[in-house]
Order: sequence, then structure tokens, then C-alpha cells
Amino acid sequence: MTDTSNLDTLEAEVRSQIDGAADEAALDAVRVSALGKKGSVSLMMRELGKMSPEERQVMGPALNGLKTRLNDALEARKADLEARALDAALASETVDITLPVRPEPQGSLHPITQVMEELAVIFADMGFEVAEGPDVEDDFHNFTALNFPPGHPARDTQDTFFMQPDENGERKVLRTHTSPVQIRTMLKGKTPIRIIVPGRVYRCDWDQTHTPMFHQVEGLVIDREANMGHLKGTLLDFIAAFFETDQVEARFRPHHFPFTEPSAEMDVRYERVGDAVKVGSGDKWMEILGCGMVHPNVIRNCGLDPDEFQGFAWGMGVDRLAMLKYGAPDLRDFFNSDKRWLNHYGFSPLLQANLATGLS
Amino acid sequence: MKFPLSWLKYHLETDASLEEIAEAMTMAGLEIEEIDNPLEKFADFSVCHVIEAVQHPDADKLRVCRVATKDGEKQIVCGAPNARTGMYAVYAPLGAYIPGLDFALDKKPRKIRGVESHGMMCSARELELGEDHDGIIDLPEPFEVGTPAVVALGMADPVIDFEVTPNRPDWLGVRGIARDLAATGIGTLKTHDIENIPGSFPCPVTVELDWPEACPVFAGRVIRGVKNGESPDWLKKALKAIGLRPINFLADITNMISYDRCRPLHVYDLAKLDGPIRARRGKGEADRFEALDNKEYVPGEDQCVIADDTHCLGFGGIMGGTYSGVTSETTDVFIESAWFDPQTTRATGKATGIDSDAKYRFERGVDPASPKAGIEQASELILKFCGGEASETIVVGEPPAPPADIEFPLAEVKRLTGLDLPRDEIVRILEALGFAPKGEGDVLTVGVPSWRMDCTQKADLVEEVARIHGFDKLDAVSLPRPPVRREAPATVMQLRARYARRALAGRGYSETVTWSFCETKQAALFGGHGEGLALENPISSELDVMRPTALIHLLTALQANADRGQADPRLFEVGPVYLTDKPDGQRLVATGVRRVEAGRHWAGTRMPDVFDAKADALAALAAAGAPADSLQVAAEAREWWHPGRSGVLRLGPKNVLAEFGEIHPGILKALDIDGRVLAFEIVLDNIPQPKKASGLKARGQLDRAELLPVHRDFAFLVGKDVPADTLIRAAKGADKALISDVTVFDVYDGKGVPDGQVSLALEVTLQPREKTLTDEEIDAVAAAIVSKVEKASGGTLRG
Repeated sequence: MTDTSNLDTLEAEVRSQIDGAADEAALDAVRVSALGKKGSVSLMMRELGKMSPEERQVMGPALNGLKTRLNDALEARKADLEARALDAALASETVDITLPVRPEPQGSLHPITQVMEELAVIFADMGFEVAEGPDVEDDFHNFTALNFPPGHPARDTQDTFFMQPDENGERKVLRTHTSPVQIRTMLKGKTPIRIIVPGRVYRCDWDQTHTPMFHQVEGLVIDREANMGHLKGTLLDFIAAFFETDQVEARFRPHHFPFTEPSAEMDVRYERVGDAVKVGSGDKWMEILGCGMVHPNVIRNCGLDPDEFQGFAWGMGVDRLAMLKYGAPDLRDFFNSDKRWLNHYGFSPLLQANLATGLS
Repeated sequence: MKFPLSWLKYHLETDASLEEIAEAMTMAGLEIEEIDNPLEKFADFSVCHVIEAVQHPDADKLRVCRVATKDGEKQIVCGAPNARTGMYAVYAPLGAYIPGLDFALDKKPRKIRGVESHGMMCSARELELGEDHDGIIDLPEPFEVGTPAVVALGMADPVIDFEVTPNRPDWLGVRGIARDLAATGIGTLKTHDIENIPGSFPCPVTVELDWPEACPVFAGRVIRGVKNGESPDWLKKALKAIGLRPINFLADITNMISYDRCRPLHVYDLAKLDGPIRARRGKGEADRFEALDNKEYVPGEDQCVIADDTHCLGFGGIMGGTYSGVTSETTDVFIESAWFDPQTTRATGKATGIDSDAKYRFERGVDPASPKAGIEQASELILKFCGGEASETIVVGEPPAPPADIEFPLAEVKRLTGLDLPRDEIVRILEALGFAPKGEGDVLTVGVPSWRMDCTQKADLVEEVARIHGFDKLDAVSLPRPPVRREAPATVMQLRARYARRALAGRGYSETVTWSFCETKQAALFGGHGEGLALENPISSELDVMRPTALIHLLTALQANADRGQADPRLFEVGPVYLTDKPDGQRLVATGVRRVEAGRHWAGTRMPDVFDAKADALAALAAAGAPADSLQVAAEAREWWHPGRSGVLRLGPKNVLAEFGEIHPGILKALDIDGRVLAFEIVLDNIPQPKKASGLKARGQLDRAELLPVHRDFAFLVGKDVPADTLIRAAKGADKALISDVTVFDVYDGKGVPDGQVSLALEVTLQPREKTLTDEEIDAVAAAIVSKVEKASGGTLRG
């Protein structure tokens, strides 16, 4: 009875049953018939007790080995059947992954606010704060304090919107520039001053390059030594930072503004690239801003002594800067709320203009 | 201001090219607007010589010409009747653009009736250099072949147009321009002193200045026996070049002097004058007169007129009347050269709408020392070209005080500009501009020329010096960085706007910027515009008041986008609204709109509702730093919101931070907007100021419970008018330490719920901290919740 050949036969038989089990229930039936209490292998193992020690020495390990091998085969077959069942289940869950996702509307930020944030970053780095003031102004802040004498032709250049006069006959104006905020800031009397003033301004004019409302950014520096060389340096630094180029070439032309003396306009060398401009090359000059040393009358009007305090100011169009940098051809589109335009020229809310990661 | 180059060169001795002169003007502050240079414009056209003109073999009216041109001998077929052998004409090469015909010649020779033509000979009209089209230009004398056509025609004079800034009326005279250019070193100012012409008889006209504030000085003279007529060619050409129409010599000469010296004059027909001439206030209807623009005016008492005993003769310094104007028959004239107050002139100009060259000059400030010189300059020309006999010149009144001397420390130039200029250069520039610097020390006493009323203080002289020396020579110096660490400069409001904008854009809204003004009747839909916020001169009647809300433009933009087929547009703006006309009457408001539109999607979609608007408002408020947990919700939105689907978010009973909901369908209808719209408005100013930071930015300790939270559900039957918020607050209040959250997970008013009631199901989260809760403890809390909620809501626990 020490012949193990019948064990081989049995193993082959059970293995074939395992391989043939179509599902887990069938497989369990095979397990019971071979390894269950009354299973063929179990019955054979029960016989071991009746054997001589010599026979047991042969048959014991052989039967144990058989049991282990069959158990392994059963486990492997079980894992295999489970995997197949899962595969089948997953196959039934298949979807067409080319179907479109649920729409998520994409929001955006307006180029004007983007440019204003860029300005704030560039000038914050130079020590400027951002100041603001009201859109509805009085004559004093918009004109008189800025050295526009009443009845002076310089007032005609501003295309001013007036409010209907109040009971005293006084007319408020819509500020024609952001310069009234210079006055409001200086009147607070705290020096030195380094501010930029972005905001809405209004002029009674409407065509392809003018809208009755647009945006300006004003700059003001007041201390005891800021001179025109600093003005030039500041603006060149700004242009280089804003247009993200090292090659700024600027031209300062004398001009006249009532609130600065000397006054200048700044042109930059540029060439057109589509609707945008490339600053620093080309053979054309483009007027980009007006500037000058703050007029002593203005300093005086704000209660400061122009022999002690001095400084400079400038003003430029924010919308225009946006047009030039980002290539939007028509100013009127800035205020049209056309979603296609907003999507095209707008900016991701994830973008935060800063010096570490860039302006845009 | 326009002037031909030749006129400038009458005053300025220079070899500089047109380009150099333009550059010098630009860099001295005379901003060029346009240069009309015929040499450039007509560069293609040059003189040619017709060697031989013979009959075209195949066409009666055509001639075949052999022509000597700058490009060599050419065969040109010409249809002009005057084309003939030996003539000098104007040649246009192949490819040239012919302005009068508005087309360019072919680049290759074309056959005309079988004969090749290599170019064209032009008529004056074809070049837009004249009206003549009877034949080709037939130059009266030989010119060298290749001479620019405009040179041969005497039409090569460039005309420069530049911007005169309001501070420089002296640039309204060509001599003033020449003076500034001479100072830049590009040439020298020629001496054209005006000589006094002695009179041979006393001036028969007397002048009385009844309103010296408006007309403080008046010079005049009579010239008898003049023969008025057409002006000489040089004068007509000069006037045409600057866009003036020649009239007759006496009129033309006043225009010429106005442009030459910024010295407006007026000439009266002496025969029409009756009694003394007065410069006085207008007398209304009694002064009604017809001015030279052929319109009638009624001068008011704030307007300065020139009048005699019987007639108002014109507005002083603005425009004369037709009655006393000179004609070709005029023989005796009275010349006026006065000075009129800029403000009076400007006010009269505005009131009457007259914008004459004289008014333009007087309102900016004509040289007050110039009246007599004006008379003399005019007299010289009149006597020379019209003959006659001059009276003595009278000067009545006193000119306004000349500008005061300026104490000018030389160091001011460096202080304000950074330019370190030697004394000599400063003095040279000032003198070249007509100033009179005196003194040897560090402070000059600078006499100001009478024509520079704009210069009153040191900074004005600094500008003159820096401007003429050249702004381009200023060294650019970067502004030194502040030496100390600074706080981030953004203000609380700027940060609120910035974060609110990003929150909304992140939620799918596109930021836009819309007009600050709107239409009165649209504003009325939203409570009306604030007091004092109606525009006197709106750009259009649709933008005539300051907006009380940004909703108007956003709603109409929403519709416009929908009309363009844009699906689910969502727009927002963070911008001002205007409550009053005071400096504190403006609010910064974040406003958003979207349509109630579900869209379509294969997996199904959800119709947006008031809770989406509420979520957007809450998200923007939280981003902007509002205390989101403390906000109360109340159905108290104003009347332009849907009465049942809108609300406010507020802190306390008064401080409304936001309104949200559906816009009232009646409002949408009034604005012509289809469908329904969800919106919100957040007043960023109303968010309370954050507490002052303590300095350290360390966070408080993290409270992280170790034990698992326990959830219990409750359903209550309550009246339909009981806000869910009441139940949530009551439940939370049952045990503030233990209850960490209360949410509503079901709202049901269907079968089984009595009429007028609703079932609200709450999930309460209990967060034990020290030890696991026992069943008894949980039951105790549950009982407290039920009791609190029932008491607060008047409802009952649903069994």
C-alpha cells in the first residue's frame, strides 16, 4: 500500500475538476469532494492510522503534499474566477468616455483690472501705495486746486461732464482725470508721498478711440528731492517692467499741463505687431503719457511750501495700456460686455500679477 | 496752428532742413500734428521736355510724344489738345499714383490704340494742384528736366500744423515760433522792427473806454484815400496755405498780422462811423447787430462791444459787424488795435458760439504791449499797397501791468530738474526767449517779456531753461527704493474687491466694466438716481444720470449676449454706484447676473435658482472678508427683486451687506429682458473693518476632536411661513458645546403633511470631546433639541 501512483491519478483527477469548475460554487464542490470531511483525500488520510510506520513514512508526506498542492490549486482557481467575475462586472459598467463632461462656465477677469493689478505690483515695488477718490468731484479738486484758473481755456481741453447745478448754482463735475486724488492726498499733509491712483474718469467724447468713461492711472511723488531726472527714471523703469522688455527707448517732449511745471509728454519707440505693439524697436514714436514736476501753485494750494517740498506726477490711460500690451484694437469693446470678447481678452482668476511669477 | 515754412523763414534765418525744424519744434514743446510737404507728396512728378509731338497713326485726338524725362527719353501717348513739340510739362512715370484720378498707372507700358505709352503728362487737376483740366500743365518757362513739378509750379512750400498749448498765445504768431526755434540754436531770429509811421493829421476819431476791465487799452488811426482791392499773390498764397480765404487787401492784412504777430486788428469803414468809438458793455436789444458771419447777435451786459453813437459795430476782440466793415469801395478807414480781457472774451465766445481767430487769441492772452505796433505794421502795409494818408496814431487807456520780474535762484534749475547747467547757458536761453536776466550773484532778477504773461514764478523759468536746453539731455535716475520695510500698500477695500472678483470669476462669472451713468427711467426702476446726480451735458439721453446700481447695464448686457447666441452668460462687475454727489456718496459694489437657464446635457442638468445666487453672494462675501458665519438672512430685498425669491444678507438689523435672488419679472419686462434672471449685489463698503492684526500671524491652536462625531436626524412639522433658519438656530442652541453642525436634508410638503405646513428634516452632528456619549446622554440632547425647536418654531416633531 506504499504505492503512490494512485495518488498521482487522484491528483490529476481533482486538478482537472478544479480547472473545470465554472464558478465559485462548482469550485467549492470540488473542494468538498476532495478535501472535505468525506472527501477522497481526507478518506485516504484517515487510512494513515492503520498503516505500518514504514508505510506511513512514505504515504504521510505524500498525502500532505497532495493536500497542500490541491489547496493551492483551489485558491489559485478561486482568485482566477473572482478576477473573471470582476472583469465581467466591470465590462458591464463600461461607458463611452468620449461623451462630453458637464459644462462648467469659465469666468474671467477684465483686462482693465488686470492692468491695474500689474500697475499696483510694479509701483508697489518702487514704494508706491494705491490711492483712490470719488468720481463725482467738485470744481476745486478737479480744476482750481490743480491750477486751472476759473475761465481758463485749459479747461476747454477737458470736455467736462457737469452735474446739474444745485440750489447755490454750484455744479459738480465728473472727474476728468484722476488728478483730484493728488489734491486729496496732499491735503492730508503727510509727506513723503508716493502714490498711484487708478480709476474711472469721464470726458464728453465718443468715437473709436474715445469713450465717455475710461480709466486713468495717476502717479504722484512728493518729497524734498524728487526731480525731473527721477521722473524720467521712474517712468522708464515702469515702461520696462510693464512691457516686460529691457529695451525701452523713450523721448520726453516739453508740453503744457496747468498742474505741472515743467511739463512733458513721453513717447516710446515702438512698432506694431498685429494690434499690439512692441516697445523698444521700430521707427515710430507713440505718445504714452503726460507728466511733469508738480506745479508750485498746486503744492501751495495743498498747504505745502513749494520751496521745501517738490515732486512729480504723471497720468496715463489704463485702457490704452491694456490695448497696447494685449492687442485689443477697439476701445469701445472694453465696455461692451460681449462675452466672446471677455473670454478672449480676459484673464484667469488664478493669475495674480506679481514679481515672482510674472505679470500675466 | 498752421504756417508755411517760407513764412517761418521770413523770421528765422536757418539752413536747417524741414525735418530738422520739425524735430526742433517737437523737442521745444511745439507738438507737430501734420506736415504737408508737397515735395514728398508729389515726389513722383517732375518736369519733362517734349522733344517731338506727332499725330497718333490711329487716333485723331491723340499725339505720340518723344519726351525727355528724369528717366531718360520716353514715348508717351497724350490726349491733351495742348501737347506740342518743345513744351515743358509734368511727367508721371509708370506706376505713379495720380491723386486727381485716384488710381495708379500700370507698372508696365500700355498700348493705346496700338502705340506703347511709357508714362503720362498731367493736368493741374489730375495732380490736385489746380482746377485746370483743359490740357496738360504747360510750364511758362524752361526748367531743367527732372526738376520737381511742385518747384516748377511754385507750390513746393511745406505747411506745418502744430498744437498750440493754452499757455503760449505767442505761438499763434509765426514770429513767436521763430523766436523759440532760434533759442534752440537751429537758426537766428531776423530783425523785423516795426517802424513808426508818422501821421500827417490828427486822428479824427476819438475813443472812449467805458469798461476798462474788458478793454483797458485801444490804439487807432485813420488812413484816408486808400484803394482797397485784391491782395498781391504772395499774401493770397500765404493765407491760402493756412486755410484762410483771401477777401480784399484790408481784410487780408489784418488776418496776416494776426498770424504773423498774434496781433488781431479790425478795420472800419470811416464813412460809417458816427461820433466817438466806445468800448463798453452790451445793451441788449438796442445793440442788436449783424456780425461778419452774417448772423445777428444781441450783446448782453457781460459782453464787450465796440459802438459809436448810433450803432453797435461788433463784439470787441471777437468779430466786427457787417455795417461798418470795409468793402472794395472803402476809401477811408479807421484801424483798431486794442487789448481785450481774456475771460470776458472767452465768456462771450462761449455764449455766442463765435470761434474767430481774434477770439482764439484774445482769450489766451495777446501781448498787451502790442496795440501800437499793430497799428504801425498795418499802416506800413496799407500805405504801401493801397496808398492813402495816415493820421496820427492815438493810444487810449493803459495796458494791463506787464508781468513782474522774477527772483530766480540759479540753483532752482538743478533742484527741480537735476540738470547742472552753467550760468551762461541759463542766461543765454532766457535772453534768446526775450527775458531780461539781471544781476551777478546766485539769484538773477529776470524781466519777463510782455508776451509771456504765463511766466510768473521760478518754476516757469526752470521750464523755459530745461525745455530749450532739451529734456532729452536729462539723466534718468531710478527712484531710490524706500530704505525700510513697508506694509503691503493695498487698502482693505482694494483687497475686498480683488478677492471678491477672483471668487466670482472662479464661479464662472466673466468680469465686465460698464458705464457709470445710465438712463433716468432705467434708474427709476431701481429706486431712482441720487440727488444731484443728473448730468447737465450727458453724452446721450440714455446716459444722463449716475447709476444707482450696476444691475441695469449688466441685465441689458446679459440680454445682448443671449441675443448673440451666447449660452448661459454670467457677468459681474465690481464697480461704483452713486448715492449722493458728496465725496462719501459712492459705494463699491460687486454685482453679478445670470439667467435662469438649465442648458442641456446628456447626463441631465439642474435649473439654477435663488440658492445659486445666494451661494454666489456668500462666496464673494466670504472671499472679501465678511464674517460669513454671523450673517443673517432675511426676505427683505427691495422692490426690484422677486418678492418671494430674494433676500438680504445682513449683520444686525441695519447693515445690509448683500441682496440676492431673482430680479422682479416686471423690472425685466421694463428693460426688455426675456426669461428670468438671478442676481446679487454686494456692497463691499458695508463689510465691517477687520480687527487690527496683533502683529504675529500665528494661528490659534487646532481643535481636533479625537472621538467620532454622532449624527441624529429629526423631522419637524412647522408652518410654511417659518424660516428654516429658525429651526437651525434653535437646534444649534440646544447644546452649543456638543452640537457642531445642523443641516437641512429634506424639505417636504406632500402627502401626509397637513395643509399650510411643511416637514423640515434636520441632521444634527454631535461632537463628543472627552468621552464617548452614552445612549442616555444622546437622548437628553435629542430631547433638548426637540423642545428648543418646537418652542422656537411652533412646530412639532414628526412621529
